[in-house]
Amino acid sequence: MSEAAAAEVHGHEAIVDQTEPSLTPGNSGKLGMWVFLAGDAMTFGAGIAAYGALRYQNVNWPDPADWLGISLTAVMTFILICSSVTMVEALSGINHGNVQKMQRFLALTVLGGIAFLACQAFEWHHLIWGEQLSIKTSLFAATFFILTGFHGMHVTGGVIYLGTLLTRSFQRTFTVSDARLVEVAGLYWHFVDLVWILIFTFVYLI
Amino acid sequence: MATEAVVHQAHQAHGEPNYIAIFIYLAVLTAVELLVYAMGFTTVLKVGLLVALALAKAVLVAMYFMHLSFERRPLWIIAGIPLVLVAFCYLMLRPDLSARAWTSQPHPEQAVGVREGSETSAPAPPAESAAPQS
Repeated sequence: MSEAAAAEVHGHEAIVDQTEPSLTPGNSGKLGMWVFLAGDAMTFGAGIAAYGALRYQNVNWPDPADWLGISLTAVMTFILICSSVTMVEALSGINHGNVQKMQRFLALTVLGGIAFLACQAFEWHHLIWGEQLSIKTSLFAATFFILTGFHGMHVTGGVIYLGTLLTRSFQRTFTVSDARLVEVAGLYWHFVDLVWILIFTFVYLI
Repeated sequence: MATEAVVHQAHQAHGEPNYIAIFIYLAVLTAVELLVYAMGFTTVLKVGLLVALALAKAVLVAMYFMHLSFERRPLWIIAGIPLVLVAFCYLMLRPDLSARAWTSQPHPEQAVGVREGSETSAPAPPAESAAPQS
């Protein structure tokens, strides 16, 4: 009995090992997302590296605090950290077969993303129309708008991605196996959070 | 169906980290960042502390929220390659850019706050001959 069961399990494990990528067994989409994120990280990284090199010992660089609202962006950082927690709770929900918990926390994550974008829109509106800052005003302004704009586009993409996943979960019944979809989407969302952590420090605080 | 169960079992094998604890660490580290920012540290100390805190937060997100600490080690290579390339990119760019004259001398065109209207009214005079307006 136990031998037969072991043979059956072994048989299934053999199937899994042969058909699934070795790096992320059971979820090939996860490997795809990691490869995409590595490429995306290089793009963000090149932007941040260029920003750092342009700014290093540059006497024309202003104190960011003179132009940027640190308290607002601290709130934005907190919102993204919270949305990362709601994302992992959504994954935890579907991992345990609790679709309603997944939907609830996925909706909260989407709301967090929208709140972040609303804060960024407010900040950009203030800088562009209130402070007359534009992408051609100075290197400081150009790097600021490029880095935060590129990140903001990622957040927008993430809101659409997670919103689509949430909508699909209402259109058809999600099962435990759909946890793969949520996990892959979560990788993207956490990456967006991780990049903001770096942008917050390099662009706003330093 | 049974295959699906085994796949899910493999997927679940690592269990779940304490997400709330990670959240608290991230929130506390953010608060410490703001504290360091507000304190009157020297530039070197302030930048060093802020970069260290940001990297600590990024590592927490990658290791626990992105589950990298539960993944197979070769996946770490994929995740780590961008860091190496970005460091290389920065080290290649910096000697060139920081040697440029416009980084070490005041440059009116690089001064923040130049209004777009003033650009069209008159070309900006060179820094040396700029006379204060009365």
